[in-house]
Amino acid sequence: MSISLKNVTYTYMPKTPFEKTAIDTINLEIQRGEFVAIIGHTGSGKSTLVQHLNGILKPTQGTVTVDGVDLHDKKAAAKAARSKVGMVFQYPEHQLFEETIYADIAFGPKNLGLTEDEIDQRVKRAMNFVGLDFDQYAQRSPFQLSGGQMRRVAIAGVIALEPEYLILDEPSAGLDPRGRDEIFQEIVQLYQSSGITVILVSHNMEDVAKMATRLIVMNGGKVSLDGSPLEVFREPEKLKTAGVDVPPVTALLRLLKLRGLPIDDSLLTIDEAVATITTALGERKEC
Amino acid sequence: MGEFIKIENLCHAYASSQDEQVLALDHIDLTITAGEFVAVIGTNGSGKSTLAKHLNALLLPTSGDCLINGLSTTQPENLWKIRQLVGMVFQNPDNQIVATVVEEDVAFGPENLGLPPAQIVERVETALELVGMSDYRLHGPHLLSGGQKQRVAIAGALAMQSQCLVLDEPTAMLDPLGRQEVLQTVKELHASSGMTVVYITHFMEEAAAADRIVVMGAGKVLYSGSPVEVFSQVALLKELGLDVPLAAEIAKRLRENGIDLPENIITDEELAVALCP
Repeated sequence: MSISLKNVTYTYMPKTPFEKTAIDTINLEIQRGEFVAIIGHTGSGKSTLVQHLNGILKPTQGTVTVDGVDLHDKKAAAKAARSKVGMVFQYPEHQLFEETIYADIAFGPKNLGLTEDEIDQRVKRAMNFVGLDFDQYAQRSPFQLSGGQMRRVAIAGVIALEPEYLILDEPSAGLDPRGRDEIFQEIVQLYQSSGITVILVSHNMEDVAKMATRLIVMNGGKVSLDGSPLEVFREPEKLKTAGVDVPPVTALLRLLKLRGLPIDDSLLTIDEAVATITTALGERKEC
Repeated sequence: MGEFIKIENLCHAYASSQDEQVLALDHIDLTITAGEFVAVIGTNGSGKSTLAKHLNALLLPTSGDCLINGLSTTQPENLWKIRQLVGMVFQNPDNQIVATVVEEDVAFGPENLGLPPAQIVERVETALELVGMSDYRLHGPHLLSGGQKQRVAIAGALAMQSQCLVLDEPTAMLDPLGRQEVLQTVKELHASSGMTVVYITHFMEEAAAADRIVVMGAGKVLYSGSPVEVFSQVALLKELGLDVPLAAEIAKRLRENGIDLPENIITDEELAVALCP
């Protein structure tokens, strides 16, 4: 069970002076239950790539299959396969439109033709997942919420469709540090409790390093690195070519090691960094 | 150097959904000197953007006063002059570009001043030069990266010969490279032309580049001081839900572990110097 890309190439505006190949012969397999982060600088092809995962874009060449079904088949199975993949776009709060939060989240499930009871259950579950109290918020207008809360409503609208694969494109952009931490915590909780597959596009290396089980680094329309966070951040040269920063903690540790502090510079969290520096300083005093 | 921005006892109220009066800005007093580079930090909803919009009279005080170079924004006859003095750059680069060619976009402001064409051309060229976008003057703005678009927006303010640049989270939508580009451009402009800069951001390493940081919360100015002063308040910032630069946080934790470190560490480099003399 997986999303699989075989030799996928996508060209924008082919046969015009603006022709641009955004992704180039990509081969990729994302298994059920993975937490994948896709990173890369602007223009590296990451948004084009994720828009292939639920059939929004049709590859110029190659095929995309979800659980073995080609997304661009003409059969009903292709439609069902596409609906297994939920997509939260950048700034998803711009897509809110209903008068109440309840109605906005219920919009998707309603279009699936579910019963009122089932819709009600789904809205409640989705609001619970994103940390919005049902009794307090369900009947309020989504437009009178803070930016972080509006984004939660938009994410709940996608979760209510109960996709098996959830794609989030820069879900923390523009949020303050607390809002960012809360959104990420909720995504991790959702991942751990429901076993949903998460595909996250992000610039925030620190958070990506903490959450994802696998990192895919895009550069020039190709996959330049693919592995666990530790493996990927061990390749500073390739990351630099791809225009991607290592997480700030790793960068700091690397600087300290360069200056002669005997520490492990592959660590990713502040706790680990403080521990290794404290140990190293202790050893230095002894000699 | 005189006071360029003087905010006196300023309140801004709006009506909430339940018809209650909500104070987005609550009795603010703030003075910014000509040539100062001030960063404003605070959580979403703390009043940062509302404050920024008062600086070129996009919003007007409910009570109190906002003086720009001595001109009150409450006097309608001052608006034209104030908007020339203060250039704004917003979060979303796509919301502020009006033309289909970079140089036309930058020329939009000066054209509306009714300047002679030769002078407009000169101003546009100088402005694009200053933000490092001269090579792109004939490009379509929609084909530029986010960082490049923000630099074009900054050039638009420069072409108006604004004396003050107000940037409202100009890097929120950009990738790390774009963020560096924009911050570097602002720093260079401030250093070379002595422009007054008000820079709103959630990124603490950007705020650390300013002369002074103003911390906002619930419509009030909670703290104002140099980056070293502000970022040594690790506990206060955490309580407000803000970040602290990584080096400051690690230094604090190391001090708690009994390691002797100076209080004023906020950059990686300073921490490295302190730990590896």
